Amino acid sequence: MIKALVRFKKGILDENPIFSQAIALCPVLAVTTTVNNGIGLGVATLSVLFASAMVVCFIRRFISDRVRIPCFIVISATFTTVVQLLMEAFLPALNDSLGIFIPLIVVNCLILARMESFAAKNPPLTVAFDSLGMGLGFTLALTLIGAVREVMGFGTVFGITVIPEAIPRNILMILPPGGFFVLGFLIVGLRALKRKGA
Amino acid sequence: MERPRYTVTATPHIRASDSIERTMYYVLIALAPAAVMGVVFFGLRALAVIGISIASAVIFEALYQKLTRKPVTVKDGSAVITGLLLAMTLPPALPLWMPVIGSFAAIVLVKQLFGGLGHNFLNPALAGRAILMAAYASPMTVAFYTPNVWGSVDAVTSATPLLLMESGVFTPSAPDFLASFAGNIGGSIGETAAFALLAGGLFLLVKKVITWHIPVSFIASAGVLAFLLNPGGVSGGIALYHILAGGLLLGAFFMATDYPTSPVTPVGKVIFGAGCGVITMVIRLYGGYPEGVAYAILLMNLAVPLIDRYTRPRVLGIKKRGA
Repeated sequence: MIKALVRFKKGILDENPIFSQAIALCPVLAVTTTVNNGIGLGVATLSVLFASAMVVCFIRRFISDRVRIPCFIVISATFTTVVQLLMEAFLPALNDSLGIFIPLIVVNCLILARMESFAAKNPPLTVAFDSLGMGLGFTLALTLIGAVREVMGFGTVFGITVIPEAIPRNILMILPPGGFFVLGFLIVGLRALKRKGA
Repeated sequence: MERPRYTVTATPHIRASDSIERTMYYVLIALAPAAVMGVVFFGLRALAVIGISIASAVIFEALYQKLTRKPVTVKDGSAVITGLLLAMTLPPALPLWMPVIGSFAAIVLVKQLFGGLGHNFLNPALAGRAILMAAYASPMTVAFYTPNVWGSVDAVTSATPLLLMESGVFTPSAPDFLASFAGNIGGSIGETAAFALLAGGLFLLVKKVITWHIPVSFIASAGVLAFLLNPGGVSGGIALYHILAGGLLLGAFFMATDYPTSPVTPVGKVIFGAGCGVITMVIRLYGGYPEGVAYAILLMNLAVPLIDRYTRPRVLGIKKRGA
Protein backbone atom coordinates (compact mmCIF):
# COMPACT_ATOMS: atom_id res chain seq x y z
CA MET A 1 0.00 0.00 0.00
CA ILE A 2 2.77 2.41 0.97
CA LYS A 3 4.62 1.67 -2.24
CA ALA A 4 1.45 2.32 -4.22
CA LEU A 5 0.98 5.73 -2.61
CA VAL A 6 4.62 6.60 -3.23
CA ARG A 7 4.11 5.80 -6.94
CA PHE A 8 1.00 7.99 -6.97
CA LYS A 9 2.89 10.97 -5.56
CA LYS A 10 5.93 10.42 -7.77
CA GLY A 11 3.78 10.43 -10.90
CA ILE A 12 2.46 13.86 -10.05
CA LEU A 13 5.62 15.49 -8.70
CA ASP A 14 9.08 13.92 -8.96
CA GLU A 15 8.46 11.93 -12.11
CA ASN A 16 5.89 14.18 -13.71
CA PRO A 17 5.62 12.94 -17.32
CA ILE A 18 5.83 16.45 -18.81
CA PHE A 19 7.95 18.52 -16.45
CA SER A 20 10.42 15.82 -15.37
CA GLN A 21 10.40 13.07 -17.99
CA ALA A 22 9.54 15.42 -20.89
CA ILE A 23 7.74 12.68 -22.82
CA ALA A 24 4.54 12.77 -24.89
CA LEU A 25 5.23 16.41 -25.81
CA CYS A 26 3.63 16.44 -29.25
CA PRO A 27 -0.02 16.58 -28.12
CA VAL A 28 0.99 18.80 -25.22
CA LEU A 29 2.40 21.52 -27.43
CA ALA A 30 -0.23 21.12 -30.11
CA VAL A 31 -3.50 21.36 -28.19
CA THR A 32 -2.84 23.23 -24.94
CA THR A 33 -3.98 26.59 -26.23
CA THR A 34 -6.80 26.76 -23.67
CA VAL A 35 -7.48 25.37 -20.18
CA ASN A 36 -10.40 23.34 -21.49
CA ASN A 37 -8.28 21.65 -24.13
CA GLY A 38 -5.62 20.88 -21.54
CA ILE A 39 -8.06 19.28 -19.10
CA GLY A 40 -9.88 17.46 -21.92
CA LEU A 41 -6.81 15.82 -23.39
CA GLY A 42 -5.42 15.18 -19.92
CA VAL A 43 -8.51 13.35 -18.67
CA ALA A 44 -8.85 11.40 -21.92
CA THR A 45 -5.24 10.25 -21.65
CA LEU A 46 -5.66 9.49 -17.94
CA SER A 47 -8.64 7.21 -18.61
CA VAL A 48 -6.93 5.34 -21.44
CA LEU A 49 -3.74 5.01 -19.40
CA PHE A 50 -5.51 3.69 -16.31
CA ALA A 51 -7.71 1.20 -18.17
CA SER A 52 -4.89 -0.08 -20.40
CA ALA A 53 -2.45 -0.42 -17.51
CA MET A 54 -4.96 -2.44 -15.49
CA VAL A 55 -5.71 -4.75 -18.41
CA VAL A 56 -2.02 -5.26 -19.13
CA CYS A 57 -1.42 -5.96 -15.46
CA PHE A 58 -4.09 -8.70 -15.33
CA ILE A 59 -3.46 -10.47 -18.66
CA ARG A 60 0.31 -10.11 -18.84
CA ARG A 61 0.94 -13.79 -18.13
CA PHE A 62 -0.94 -14.66 -21.34
CA ILE A 63 1.03 -12.25 -23.50
CA SER A 64 4.10 -13.70 -25.17
CA ASP A 65 7.13 -11.51 -24.67
CA ARG A 66 7.84 -11.28 -28.38
CA VAL A 67 4.52 -9.77 -29.32
CA ARG A 68 3.96 -7.65 -26.24
CA ILE A 69 4.22 -4.26 -27.98
CA PRO A 70 1.52 -5.07 -30.59
CA CYS A 71 -0.65 -6.38 -27.76
CA PHE A 72 -0.16 -3.15 -25.76
CA ILE A 73 -1.12 -1.11 -28.81
CA VAL A 74 -4.28 -3.16 -29.38
CA ILE A 75 -5.27 -2.68 -25.75
CA SER A 76 -4.70 1.07 -25.74
CA ALA A 77 -6.40 1.38 -29.15
CA THR A 78 -9.48 -0.31 -27.71
CA PHE A 79 -9.80 2.16 -24.86
CA THR A 80 -8.93 5.12 -27.08
CA THR A 81 -11.82 4.17 -29.35
CA VAL A 82 -14.13 4.01 -26.33
CA VAL A 83 -12.98 7.44 -25.16
CA GLN A 84 -13.34 8.93 -28.61
CA LEU A 85 -16.88 7.61 -29.12
CA LEU A 86 -17.87 8.92 -25.68
CA MET A 87 -16.41 12.33 -26.47
CA GLU A 88 -18.13 12.53 -29.83
CA ALA A 89 -21.43 11.72 -28.14
CA PHE A 90 -21.25 13.89 -25.05
CA LEU A 91 -18.60 16.57 -25.65
CA PRO A 92 -18.73 17.31 -29.40
CA ALA A 93 -17.18 20.79 -29.06
CA LEU A 94 -14.17 19.50 -27.14
CA ASN A 95 -13.87 16.62 -29.58
CA ASP A 96 -13.71 19.09 -32.46
CA SER A 97 -11.03 21.24 -30.87
CA LEU A 98 -8.83 18.27 -29.91
CA GLY A 99 -9.29 16.71 -33.35
CA ILE A 100 -6.67 14.18 -34.43
CA PHE A 101 -4.99 14.21 -31.02
CA ILE A 102 -7.69 12.01 -29.49
CA PRO A 103 -7.05 9.04 -31.83
CA LEU A 104 -3.33 9.70 -31.43
CA ILE A 105 -3.60 8.79 -27.72
CA VAL A 106 -3.12 5.21 -28.98
CA VAL A 107 0.54 5.86 -29.64
CA ASN A 108 1.09 8.28 -26.75
CA CYS A 109 4.51 7.31 -25.45
CA LEU A 110 3.50 7.94 -21.85
CA ILE A 111 0.95 5.10 -22.08
CA LEU A 112 3.34 2.73 -23.83
CA ALA A 113 6.10 3.57 -21.37
CA ARG A 114 3.92 2.84 -18.32
CA MET A 115 2.64 -0.42 -19.79
CA GLU A 116 6.07 -1.62 -20.81
CA SER A 117 8.10 -0.49 -17.82
CA PHE A 118 5.60 -0.68 -14.97
CA ALA A 119 2.25 -2.38 -15.56
CA ALA A 120 3.88 -5.51 -16.99
CA LYS A 121 6.05 -6.03 -13.89
CA ASN A 122 4.19 -4.87 -10.79
CA PRO A 123 1.21 -5.94 -8.63
CA PRO A 124 -2.26 -4.57 -9.53
CA LEU A 125 -2.66 -2.10 -6.67
CA THR A 126 0.70 -0.43 -7.34
CA VAL A 127 -0.06 -0.35 -11.06
CA ALA A 128 -3.43 1.31 -10.40
CA PHE A 129 -1.89 4.07 -8.28
CA ASP A 130 1.05 4.47 -10.64
CA SER A 131 -1.14 5.00 -13.68
CA LEU A 132 -3.48 7.31 -11.76
CA GLY A 133 -0.51 9.36 -10.52
CA MET A 134 1.09 9.56 -13.96
CA GLY A 135 -2.22 10.40 -15.61
CA LEU A 136 -2.97 13.08 -13.03
CA GLY A 137 0.51 14.53 -13.34
CA PHE A 138 0.01 14.67 -17.12
CA THR A 139 -3.42 16.31 -16.73
CA LEU A 140 -2.15 18.91 -14.24
CA ALA A 141 0.78 19.79 -16.50
CA LEU A 142 -1.50 20.22 -19.52
CA THR A 143 -3.95 22.31 -17.52
CA LEU A 144 -1.17 24.57 -16.26
CA ILE A 145 0.33 25.07 -19.73
CA GLY A 146 -3.15 25.59 -21.17
CA ALA A 147 -3.97 28.20 -18.52
CA VAL A 148 -0.81 30.21 -19.13
CA ARG A 149 -1.27 30.13 -22.90
CA GLU A 150 -4.98 30.98 -22.73
CA VAL A 151 -4.37 33.99 -20.46
CA MET A 152 -1.53 35.33 -22.61
CA GLY A 153 -2.88 34.40 -26.02
CA PHE A 154 -6.63 34.96 -25.69
CA GLY A 155 -6.78 36.99 -22.46
CA THR A 156 -9.31 34.55 -21.03
CA VAL A 157 -9.57 31.66 -18.54
CA PHE A 158 -12.24 29.04 -19.25
CA GLY A 159 -13.47 31.47 -21.90
CA ILE A 160 -14.01 34.29 -19.37
CA THR A 161 -12.15 37.48 -20.23
CA VAL A 162 -9.56 38.40 -17.60
CA ILE A 163 -7.44 40.87 -19.55
CA PRO A 164 -9.19 43.99 -20.92
CA GLU A 165 -10.04 43.84 -24.61
CA ALA A 166 -8.02 46.98 -25.27
CA ILE A 167 -4.70 45.22 -24.66
CA PRO A 168 -3.49 43.45 -27.82
CA ARG A 169 -3.31 39.66 -27.52
CA ASN A 170 0.00 37.86 -27.79
CA ILE A 171 -0.75 35.63 -30.77
CA LEU A 172 2.63 33.91 -30.46
CA MET A 173 1.45 32.18 -27.29
CA ILE A 174 -1.26 30.23 -29.10
CA LEU A 175 1.12 29.21 -31.90
CA PRO A 176 3.29 26.10 -31.41
CA PRO A 177 6.49 28.10 -30.62
CA GLY A 178 4.60 29.72 -27.73
CA GLY A 179 3.96 26.23 -26.37
CA PHE A 180 7.70 25.55 -26.29
CA PHE A 181 8.40 28.87 -24.56
CA VAL A 182 5.75 28.29 -21.90
CA LEU A 183 6.86 24.70 -21.29
CA GLY A 184 10.49 25.76 -20.99
CA PHE A 185 9.79 28.55 -18.53
CA LEU A 186 7.46 26.36 -16.44
CA ILE A 187 10.17 23.70 -16.16
CA VAL A 188 12.71 26.35 -15.12
CA GLY A 189 10.27 27.74 -12.55
CA LEU A 190 9.37 24.35 -11.08
CA ARG A 191 12.99 23.29 -10.82
CA ALA A 192 13.85 26.53 -9.05
CA LEU A 193 10.97 25.97 -6.61
CA LYS A 194 12.08 22.40 -6.01
CA ARG A 195 15.64 23.44 -5.31
CA LYS A 196 14.41 26.01 -2.82
CA GLY A 197 12.22 23.44 -1.09
CA ALA A 198 14.94 20.80 -0.92
CA MET B 1 70.56 32.49 -10.58
CA GLU B 2 69.99 35.97 -11.88
CA ARG B 3 66.46 36.92 -12.84
CA PRO B 4 66.10 37.57 -16.59
CA ARG B 5 65.46 41.22 -17.41
CA TYR B 6 62.62 40.35 -19.78
CA THR B 7 59.29 38.71 -19.01
CA VAL B 8 58.71 35.20 -20.30
CA THR B 9 55.11 34.59 -21.24
CA ALA B 10 53.06 32.40 -23.52
CA THR B 11 51.75 33.72 -26.84
CA PRO B 12 50.22 36.02 -28.05
CA HIS B 13 52.94 38.63 -27.69
CA ILE B 14 51.49 41.35 -29.87
CA ARG B 15 48.12 42.62 -28.78
CA ALA B 16 45.75 44.96 -30.58
CA SER B 17 44.09 47.66 -28.59
CA ASP B 18 40.65 46.38 -29.62
CA SER B 19 38.28 45.44 -26.87
CA ILE B 20 34.60 44.64 -26.61
CA GLU B 21 33.92 48.03 -25.04
CA ARG B 22 35.76 49.89 -27.77
CA THR B 23 34.00 48.06 -30.60
CA MET B 24 30.60 48.60 -29.00
CA TYR B 25 31.46 52.26 -28.48
CA TYR B 26 32.21 52.68 -32.19
CA VAL B 27 28.96 50.96 -33.16
CA LEU B 28 27.03 53.28 -30.83
CA ILE B 29 28.66 56.34 -32.41
CA ALA B 30 27.84 54.98 -35.86
CA LEU B 31 24.21 54.33 -34.97
CA ALA B 32 23.68 57.68 -33.28
CA PRO B 33 23.03 59.85 -36.38
CA ALA B 34 20.28 57.56 -37.70
CA ALA B 35 18.67 57.31 -34.27
CA VAL B 36 18.79 61.10 -33.87
CA MET B 37 17.20 61.54 -37.31
CA GLY B 38 14.47 59.11 -36.23
CA VAL B 39 13.72 61.29 -33.22
CA VAL B 40 13.81 64.44 -35.38
CA PHE B 41 11.26 63.03 -37.81
CA PHE B 42 9.06 60.99 -35.50
CA GLY B 43 9.25 63.08 -32.35
CA LEU B 44 9.40 62.36 -28.66
CA ARG B 45 7.33 59.22 -29.15
CA ALA B 46 10.28 57.67 -31.00
CA LEU B 47 12.62 58.83 -28.25
CA ALA B 48 10.41 57.08 -25.70
CA VAL B 49 10.48 53.82 -27.68
CA ILE B 50 14.28 54.03 -27.94
CA GLY B 51 14.70 54.84 -24.24
CA ILE B 52 12.42 52.07 -23.03
CA SER B 53 13.97 49.55 -25.37
CA ILE B 54 17.54 50.31 -24.25
CA ALA B 55 16.63 50.50 -20.56
CA SER B 56 14.75 47.21 -20.59
CA ALA B 57 17.51 45.44 -22.53
CA VAL B 58 20.11 46.55 -19.98
CA ILE B 59 17.87 45.66 -17.04
CA PHE B 60 17.07 42.18 -18.41
CA GLU B 61 20.76 41.51 -19.02
CA ALA B 62 21.74 42.58 -15.49
CA LEU B 63 18.80 40.71 -13.95
CA TYR B 64 19.55 37.48 -15.80
CA GLN B 65 23.23 37.62 -14.90
CA LYS B 66 22.36 38.36 -11.25
CA LEU B 67 19.87 35.49 -11.08
CA THR B 68 22.26 33.01 -12.63
CA ARG B 69 25.17 34.35 -10.54
CA LYS B 70 27.27 35.27 -13.54
CA PRO B 71 29.43 38.38 -13.68
CA VAL B 72 27.23 41.33 -14.64
CA THR B 73 28.59 42.67 -17.93
CA VAL B 74 26.14 45.42 -18.84
CA LYS B 75 29.03 47.89 -18.91
CA ASP B 76 30.38 46.40 -22.15
CA GLY B 77 27.59 48.20 -24.00
CA SER B 78 26.35 45.20 -25.95
CA ALA B 79 22.91 45.27 -24.30
CA VAL B 80 22.66 49.00 -25.01
CA ILE B 81 23.32 48.34 -28.70
CA THR B 82 20.84 45.48 -28.82
CA GLY B 83 18.19 47.72 -27.24
CA LEU B 84 18.97 50.58 -29.61
CA LEU B 85 18.98 48.33 -32.70
CA LEU B 86 15.68 46.77 -31.64
CA ALA B 87 14.08 50.20 -31.17
CA MET B 88 15.36 51.31 -34.58
CA THR B 89 13.48 48.45 -36.24
CA LEU B 90 10.18 49.25 -34.47
CA PRO B 91 7.41 51.51 -35.71
CA PRO B 92 7.35 54.80 -33.76
CA ALA B 93 3.70 54.60 -32.59
CA LEU B 94 4.05 51.17 -31.02
CA PRO B 95 2.46 50.76 -27.55
CA LEU B 96 5.26 51.58 -25.14
CA TRP B 97 5.23 48.25 -23.28
CA MET B 98 5.93 46.22 -26.43
CA PRO B 99 9.64 47.12 -26.72
CA VAL B 100 10.02 45.57 -23.23
CA ILE B 101 8.77 42.23 -24.55
CA GLY B 102 11.04 42.58 -27.58
CA SER B 103 14.03 43.26 -25.33
CA PHE B 104 13.17 40.25 -23.18
CA ALA B 105 13.09 38.02 -26.26
CA ALA B 106 16.33 39.51 -27.58
CA ILE B 107 18.37 39.49 -24.38
CA VAL B 108 17.00 36.54 -22.40
CA LEU B 109 15.73 34.10 -25.02
CA VAL B 110 18.25 34.60 -27.81
CA LYS B 111 21.36 35.97 -26.14
CA GLN B 112 21.66 34.85 -22.52
CA LEU B 113 20.00 31.44 -22.69
CA PHE B 114 22.45 30.47 -25.41
CA GLY B 115 25.48 31.60 -23.42
CA GLY B 116 25.61 35.40 -23.58
CA LEU B 117 27.72 37.72 -25.70
CA GLY B 118 29.23 35.93 -28.68
CA HIS B 119 27.09 32.81 -28.35
CA ASN B 120 23.80 34.04 -29.77
CA PHE B 121 22.77 32.01 -32.83
CA LEU B 122 20.60 34.81 -34.20
CA ASN B 123 20.96 38.55 -34.21
CA PRO B 124 19.25 39.35 -30.87
CA ALA B 125 17.66 42.63 -31.94
CA LEU B 126 16.18 41.11 -35.10
CA ALA B 127 14.95 38.05 -33.21
CA GLY B 128 13.26 40.43 -30.77
CA ARG B 129 11.59 42.19 -33.67
CA ALA B 130 10.55 38.90 -35.30
CA ILE B 131 8.99 37.68 -32.06
CA LEU B 132 7.09 40.95 -31.66
CA MET B 133 5.98 40.59 -35.28
CA ALA B 134 4.68 37.07 -34.63
CA ALA B 135 3.02 38.02 -31.34
CA TYR B 136 1.53 41.41 -32.21
CA ALA B 137 1.27 41.45 -35.99
CA SER B 138 -1.32 44.19 -36.18
CA PRO B 139 0.28 46.91 -33.99
CA MET B 140 3.64 46.11 -35.59
CA THR B 141 2.33 46.84 -39.08
CA VAL B 142 0.01 49.81 -38.51
CA ALA B 143 1.92 51.87 -35.93
CA PHE B 144 3.74 53.91 -38.61
CA TYR B 145 3.05 57.54 -39.19
CA THR B 146 4.10 60.27 -41.56
CA PRO B 147 7.21 62.09 -40.43
CA ASN B 148 6.55 65.42 -38.88
CA VAL B 149 9.63 67.41 -37.98
CA TRP B 150 9.76 67.59 -34.19
CA GLY B 151 6.64 65.40 -34.29
CA SER B 152 3.39 66.99 -33.28
CA VAL B 153 0.89 65.08 -31.17
CA ASP B 154 -1.61 64.54 -33.95
CA ALA B 155 0.73 62.72 -36.30
CA VAL B 156 -1.18 60.90 -39.01
CA THR B 157 -0.97 57.14 -39.22
CA SER B 158 0.22 56.19 -42.66
CA ALA B 159 1.54 53.31 -44.67
CA THR B 160 5.25 53.08 -45.41
CA PRO B 161 6.48 53.40 -48.99
CA LEU B 162 7.22 49.66 -49.08
CA LEU B 163 3.66 48.89 -47.96
CA LEU B 164 2.37 51.09 -50.79
CA MET B 165 4.71 49.46 -53.30
CA GLU B 166 3.51 46.04 -52.11
CA SER B 167 -0.06 46.98 -52.91
CA GLY B 168 1.06 48.41 -56.26
CA VAL B 169 -0.28 51.95 -55.86
CA PHE B 170 3.01 53.78 -55.59
CA THR B 171 5.82 54.54 -57.98
CA PRO B 172 8.57 56.70 -56.52
CA SER B 173 9.30 59.99 -58.26
CA ALA B 174 12.27 62.35 -57.87
CA PRO B 175 11.18 64.09 -54.62
CA ASP B 176 10.60 60.69 -53.06
CA PHE B 177 14.27 59.79 -53.54
CA LEU B 178 15.35 62.93 -51.78
CA ALA B 179 12.90 62.34 -48.94
CA SER B 180 14.08 58.78 -48.56
CA PHE B 181 17.71 59.86 -48.58
CA ALA B 182 17.02 62.39 -45.83
CA GLY B 183 14.70 60.13 -43.88
CA ASN B 184 11.55 62.18 -44.39
CA ILE B 185 9.35 59.14 -45.08
CA GLY B 186 7.25 56.75 -43.05
CA GLY B 187 9.02 53.75 -41.59
CA SER B 188 10.60 52.26 -38.53
CA ILE B 189 12.39 54.68 -36.19
CA GLY B 190 15.96 54.14 -37.30
CA GLU B 191 15.67 52.93 -40.88
CA THR B 192 14.47 55.95 -42.79
CA ALA B 193 17.45 58.33 -42.86
CA ALA B 194 19.58 56.76 -45.58
CA PHE B 195 22.36 59.38 -45.41
CA ALA B 196 22.80 58.92 -41.65
CA LEU B 197 22.96 55.13 -42.01
CA LEU B 198 25.49 55.44 -44.84
CA ALA B 199 27.60 57.81 -42.76
CA GLY B 200 27.49 55.43 -39.80
CA GLY B 201 28.34 52.46 -42.02
CA LEU B 202 31.31 54.31 -43.55
CA PHE B 203 32.54 55.19 -40.06
CA LEU B 204 32.48 51.51 -39.07
CA LEU B 205 34.33 50.60 -42.29
CA VAL B 206 36.99 53.24 -41.68
CA LYS B 207 37.41 52.13 -38.07
CA LYS B 208 37.67 48.52 -39.34
CA VAL B 209 34.86 47.38 -37.06
CA ILE B 210 33.25 45.75 -40.11
CA THR B 211 34.56 44.78 -43.53
CA TRP B 212 33.00 45.73 -46.85
CA HIS B 213 32.06 42.18 -47.87
CA ILE B 214 28.67 41.78 -46.23
CA PRO B 215 27.15 45.26 -46.77
CA VAL B 216 28.33 45.49 -50.38
CA SER B 217 27.20 42.00 -51.41
CA PHE B 218 23.91 42.45 -49.53
CA ILE B 219 23.06 45.81 -51.11
CA ALA B 220 24.36 44.85 -54.56
CA SER B 221 22.44 41.58 -54.78
CA ALA B 222 19.23 43.22 -53.57
CA GLY B 223 19.72 46.10 -56.03
CA VAL B 224 20.39 43.82 -59.00
CA LEU B 225 17.34 41.70 -58.24
CA ALA B 226 15.13 44.78 -57.79
CA PHE B 227 16.45 46.08 -61.13
CA LEU B 228 15.78 42.85 -63.03
CA LEU B 229 12.60 41.61 -61.37
CA ASN B 230 10.61 44.83 -61.00
CA PRO B 231 7.00 43.95 -61.91
CA GLY B 232 6.66 47.11 -64.03
CA GLY B 233 9.71 46.27 -66.20
CA VAL B 234 13.45 46.73 -65.75
CA SER B 235 14.01 49.96 -63.84
CA GLY B 236 17.09 51.52 -62.28
CA GLY B 237 15.02 54.01 -60.30
CA ILE B 238 12.99 51.32 -58.58
CA ALA B 239 16.18 49.45 -57.74
CA LEU B 240 17.67 52.54 -56.10
CA TYR B 241 14.47 53.14 -54.21
CA HIS B 242 14.41 49.58 -52.91
CA ILE B 243 17.91 50.15 -51.53
CA LEU B 244 17.02 53.46 -49.87
CA ALA B 245 13.62 52.48 -48.50
CA GLY B 246 12.93 50.06 -45.69
CA GLY B 247 15.53 48.56 -43.42
CA LEU B 248 18.03 47.46 -46.05
CA LEU B 249 20.84 49.90 -45.19
CA LEU B 250 20.31 49.48 -41.45
CA GLY B 251 20.33 45.70 -41.83
CA ALA B 252 23.27 45.55 -44.22
CA PHE B 253 25.65 47.73 -42.19
CA PHE B 254 24.62 47.11 -38.61
CA MET B 255 22.80 43.81 -38.30
CA ALA B 256 24.09 41.39 -40.91
CA THR B 257 27.65 42.26 -39.79
CA ASP B 258 27.13 41.09 -36.19
CA TYR B 259 30.24 38.95 -35.44
CA PRO B 260 28.77 35.80 -33.86
CA THR B 261 26.09 35.48 -36.54
CA SER B 262 28.10 36.11 -39.69
CA PRO B 263 30.71 33.94 -41.45
CA VAL B 264 34.42 34.20 -40.71
CA THR B 265 36.08 34.16 -44.13
CA PRO B 266 35.73 36.88 -46.81
CA VAL B 267 34.23 34.38 -49.29
CA GLY B 268 31.76 33.24 -46.67
CA LYS B 269 30.81 36.84 -45.97
CA VAL B 270 30.08 37.50 -49.63
CA ILE B 271 27.90 34.37 -49.84
CA PHE B 272 26.14 35.43 -46.65
CA GLY B 273 25.50 38.99 -47.87
CA ALA B 274 24.29 37.85 -51.28
CA GLY B 275 21.93 35.37 -49.64
CA CYS B 276 20.52 38.13 -47.45
CA GLY B 277 19.94 40.34 -50.49
CA VAL B 278 18.24 37.59 -52.49
CA ILE B 279 15.91 36.56 -49.65
CA THR B 280 15.07 40.21 -48.92
CA MET B 281 14.01 40.86 -52.51
CA VAL B 282 12.11 37.58 -52.83
CA ILE B 283 10.08 38.49 -49.73
CA ARG B 284 9.56 42.09 -50.87
CA LEU B 285 8.50 41.22 -54.41
CA TYR B 286 6.74 37.87 -54.04
CA GLY B 287 6.07 37.38 -50.34
CA GLY B 288 3.15 38.44 -48.18
CA TYR B 289 5.18 40.96 -46.16
CA PRO B 290 6.21 44.35 -47.57
CA GLU B 291 9.64 44.12 -45.90
CA GLY B 292 11.97 41.14 -45.74
CA VAL B 293 15.31 42.41 -44.42
CA ALA B 294 14.78 41.08 -40.89
CA TYR B 295 13.72 37.61 -41.97
CA ALA B 296 16.44 37.47 -44.62
CA ILE B 297 19.16 38.16 -42.05
CA LEU B 298 17.65 35.74 -39.51
CA LEU B 299 17.46 32.95 -42.10
CA MET B 300 21.04 33.56 -43.22
CA ASN B 301 22.14 33.64 -39.53
CA LEU B 302 20.95 30.06 -39.33
CA ALA B 303 22.99 29.17 -42.41
CA VAL B 304 26.23 30.61 -41.01
CA PRO B 305 27.61 27.34 -39.53
CA LEU B 306 27.04 25.69 -42.92
CA ILE B 307 28.71 28.54 -44.83
CA ASP B 308 31.66 28.50 -42.43
CA ARG B 309 32.02 24.78 -42.93
CA TYR B 310 32.22 24.99 -46.70
CA THR B 311 34.42 28.08 -46.86
CA ARG B 312 37.01 26.86 -44.40
CA PRO B 313 40.40 28.01 -45.71
CA ARG B 314 42.99 25.45 -46.79
CA VAL B 315 45.58 24.75 -44.14
CA LEU B 316 49.06 25.71 -45.36
CA GLY B 317 50.88 22.75 -46.85
CA ILE B 318 47.89 20.44 -46.93
CA LYS B 319 46.27 19.57 -50.22
CA LYS B 320 42.53 19.78 -50.59
CA ARG B 321 40.82 16.43 -50.69
CA GLY B 322 40.23 15.38 -54.28
CA ALA B 323 42.54 18.08 -55.66
